[in-house]
Amino acid sequence: MPVLTLEGISQEFGGLRALDGVNMVVEEGEIFGIIGPNGAGKTTLFNIITGIYIPSEGDLIFKEQRINRMATHNIARLGIGRTFQNIRLFNKLSVLDNVRVGSHGISRSGFFKSLLGLPSMLREEKEIKGRAEELLELVGLYDKKMEYADNLAYGEQRRLEIARALALKPSLLLLDEPAAGMNSGEKVELMKLIEQIRQEMKLTILLVEHDMSLVMNICERIAVLDYGRKIAEGPPEEIKNDERVIQSYLGVGA
Amino acid sequence: MNALDATLTQYIDPYYLRIMILLGINIILALGLNLITGVTGQLSMGHAGFMSIGAYTSAILSMQFGFSYLMALLTGAAVAAFFGFLIGIPTLRLEGDYLAMVTIGFAEIIRVFFLNFEPGGRAVGLSGIPQHTNFITVWLIALIIIALNTRLLKSRMGRAFYAIRENEIAAASTGIDTTRLKILAFTAGSFLGGLGGGLYSHYMYYINPQDFGFMKSIELLNMVILGGMGSIPGTILGSFILTLAPEMLRIVAEYRLLFYGALLVILMIFRPNGILGDVRIYDLKKRWGRKEVKTCQS
Repeated sequence: MPVLTLEGISQEFGGLRALDGVNMVVEEGEIFGIIGPNGAGKTTLFNIITGIYIPSEGDLIFKEQRINRMATHNIARLGIGRTFQNIRLFNKLSVLDNVRVGSHGISRSGFFKSLLGLPSMLREEKEIKGRAEELLELVGLYDKKMEYADNLAYGEQRRLEIARALALKPSLLLLDEPAAGMNSGEKVELMKLIEQIRQEMKLTILLVEHDMSLVMNICERIAVLDYGRKIAEGPPEEIKNDERVIQSYLGVGA
Repeated sequence: MNALDATLTQYIDPYYLRIMILLGINIILALGLNLITGVTGQLSMGHAGFMSIGAYTSAILSMQFGFSYLMALLTGAAVAAFFGFLIGIPTLRLEGDYLAMVTIGFAEIIRVFFLNFEPGGRAVGLSGIPQHTNFITVWLIALIIIALNTRLLKSRMGRAFYAIRENEIAAASTGIDTTRLKILAFTAGSFLGGLGGGLYSHYMYYINPQDFGFMKSIELLNMVILGGMGSIPGTILGSFILTLAPEMLRIVAEYRLLFYGALLVILMIFRPNGILGDVRIYDLKKRWGRKEVKTCQS
């Protein structure tokens, strides 16, 4: 069953056509990679899926529901979590609070409930905290839960972003260059983590990445973007040997 | 002056009692602004506008419509909150500097409105307001507000407010309806502004539109920034310093404003995040508990 379907998505910024009629189907439970040179429109695609941009043309369907024109927070509440290429943490909040904020979309205690401290709100707070701590264990940041987020090392910040996105209990997780700035040891850990959360949380994962070893290793299918167009799609073996992909992105000998 | 304060004045100098009462009012006002600017990160430079709405509304209600003190206060605060809500809807889509300018403009409109408002005595001001506010009522209300505020900021909603300040796009991607919550913070903050205004008018006996000018807005903003954006203890400390500083500086008479300005400059150089802006009880405990722990730098 397709989780996410993109039908002829185009995005124009002024005169620039950042995306040009992109079609894509992401199936449930798979790890789908998007690669392409800088400026190919990968992050733009993520911003369209999460409602930060409204596509100029085309349709965006998440589990049989059209979501183009939906506001970012409503899309998140449907169960689409994401991380950001240029890390966007809540810097002056603790690591724990970053993850706790992550579950905003699936919790409900409102303003007055919070003011009064009703039992249902306190119960929910306990759940939120418990789950946040579990997620921090999972990404290996439990010991640093009281640090400010901006005191973390770069690789840790990336993992914290993943934990925050998971707090939303998403069914689709978008990872925007999760391995950027990580050393090779961290990358191996990250691959394990991605594989683990996919299985344990029954996630579908869509990821943008420049690190070819990571993409080729964990993605079941890959789409290649170049100048806003999809130039190839298929399993890693096929992509590696695709003439056009080699020419525009991988380079000879890759 | 009522019986309670009369008793208190036997033990405390009336001058200090007056400062304590004004401090309590300033804490309530500053906590409202802290919610908007310190916590949610929406720079509002017109908080005195909401204060004046609360001050005039509650004063007129208790003078001319026979409202009880509490009802007058609450209605005044609710009217201020309503205006906060109305202004919030269009303006909170704006960011940073633009919002600041709109809030300045709004506060000026309110001030000019009261300058021409017949029931409010126009430029002459409104006098003969019953003096219901006393030490006990101010501090009782202030303590309740502090308690509620603390609870709010530790809750899911409070964290969402902070998240909006820290990174709006990331906040939205966790399911936070940022526009709605910004309006909510603005409304709640305006409510406290109106409440503080009501307490003020029922203490001062006389109010006039100049009491709620741009300088008052800036003074309140200073309390929040000086104490530490988003921190409740910080805001209280900021209110304390800036309520007392002008009084303490009376000895230097005409150089008062000069010293006041210098104080702000010095504090901002040494504590750019405000005095308590990045101080957490957790860190203090850690520092006192284990000597060798590295100090938190930020």
